[in-house]
Amino acid sequence: MPLTTRTPLADPAWTGRVFWSLTALVVLWPLLVLAEFKPWVLFSPESLKPTLRFLGDFVPPKVEPQFLLLVARETWRTVAMATAGIALAIVFGIPLALVSVRSLSQSALRGRMDRLPAVVRLMVRWVLIVLRSVPELIWALVFVRVVGLGPTAGVFAIALTYTGMLGKVYGDILESSDVQPTQALLRNGSGRLQAFAYALLPQSAAELTSYTVYRWECAIRSSAVLGFVGAGGLGQLMDGSMKMFSGSEVSTILLVFVALVAFADQVSAWLRKALA
Amino acid sequence: MKLDLSGCSCSHPAARPGAPGALQGINLQVAHGEQLAVIGPSGAGKTTLLQVMACALPPASGHLHVEGVDPWLVDRSSLQRLRRRLFLAPQVPPLPPRQRVVTSVLAGRLPDMGLWASLKSLVYPQELDAADAALAQFDLAEKLFERVDRLSGGERQRVGLARLLVSSAELLLVDEPLSALDPERGRQALQTLTRAARDRNATLVATLHHVDMALAHFPRIVGLREGGLVFDLPTAEVTPAVLRDLYASHPHELDGAAPASAPNLTIAEPPPVAMQCR
Repeated sequence: MPLTTRTPLADPAWTGRVFWSLTALVVLWPLLVLAEFKPWVLFSPESLKPTLRFLGDFVPPKVEPQFLLLVARETWRTVAMATAGIALAIVFGIPLALVSVRSLSQSALRGRMDRLPAVVRLMVRWVLIVLRSVPELIWALVFVRVVGLGPTAGVFAIALTYTGMLGKVYGDILESSDVQPTQALLRNGSGRLQAFAYALLPQSAAELTSYTVYRWECAIRSSAVLGFVGAGGLGQLMDGSMKMFSGSEVSTILLVFVALVAFADQVSAWLRKALA
Repeated sequence: MKLDLSGCSCSHPAARPGAPGALQGINLQVAHGEQLAVIGPSGAGKTTLLQVMACALPPASGHLHVEGVDPWLVDRSSLQRLRRRLFLAPQVPPLPPRQRVVTSVLAGRLPDMGLWASLKSLVYPQELDAADAALAQFDLAEKLFERVDRLSGGERQRVGLARLLVSSAELLLVDEPLSALDPERGRQALQTLTRAARDRNATLVATLHHVDMALAHFPRIVGLREGGLVFDLPTAEVTPAVLRDLYASHPHELDGAAPASAPNLTIAEPPPVAMQCR
């Protein structure tokens, strides 16, 4: 393009950036006011004293053999609950993610997806939204009424919510990888699942694995919360200790959580290295 | 496979409305088992022409007939069955970086395999000999179990062509197979491609920037410029005057050098777009 008169160069994106930054500020301020965001309250003397007393109770953690045995049993139950829930979520999440991924569409090869596949994809996205918009705590309360107190309710609760999360994020990870290898296979007549296994999966295997392990870690944490509503495991034990104001027991249980999360982190790092 | 394009016009799916189409009123007949090269300056619509032939892009107007059938008038499963019988090798080899070469090559067999067989092949490669033989034709046999991201740009391009060799397609559409190869490797690659097409009696259409290579290996040359068909001649009738006319506005591309804008295959690819027209 010939330039006859040279105007000074200006970044055309600048006004947009300024506008959106200001908009973000204008929107955020009322949110902070609405949320009663006053961090200084934490450090007022009347709230500081009971907090420090409870925290002081944490040292030393309780290490009586009988209690440790109980903690070990409940830890095993928590890990089992999280693992079973995640396993179910993977079983249901993968097919839902595969259906929702746009780059595996055969009709979209020509530029625009057909009406029916587009509607099906939208519906699957909605199902995933509904599944993960209900917190696992609510699902657990529902299932505790259906199957009674115990880990089964927790497993179902984790499975439902995490199906929504895994399905959505698996879909997003798969869609954000390069589409050329997948499209090339589909254009040469491969099936959609074949294109997934030979083009999409090798590109995103490491991300998918590390996200799954991270979610397993989240499931361990959330199974602790579920224990508070009677789904068993470490959470139920912690609920009891909290009600007794037994800081030393709580700190032992929290240390177990830290260990579990650190373990999950190690597993994830190792898997990512193996798949990178 | 027999191809028949009549009055085909087509524009890039991402093109601005009102922009001139990438292809304008192309009439072209390709007989069963024929081999032809498509040449022309960058932006002439060579890649779009291949994509129309590969039933990847529907023509905006005009008709495409493959074996006498209009692929855009039949239902989707018939279209997909038709796609199984053709192979389009894009200019940038579409190989996932973290895949092993053997898997990338055997992906060319996917249309002939059931889902179960293809999953089994992921666990243990089922046709190792076929992959090895295809790679050996491009001097890459020792890279069989390497990972794709350990290969150079030229090696990747040859792996992409090895994938074409293991496929059983009857219509081979190859986009710029030499863009990352040195002249000697390029000659070898074209010889392998044309011989493979002859052996299996497949139709071969290749776009080429290297005019001398096209003239040396193909019996029929099609010249494209700005989306229009300039000439369609047997190689013997392609005179320097015809070529000068084709490259009138891009004389520097005529000496066989790839244009400066040819993607460097060793660096990261640009963000994925729906189509790449070149």
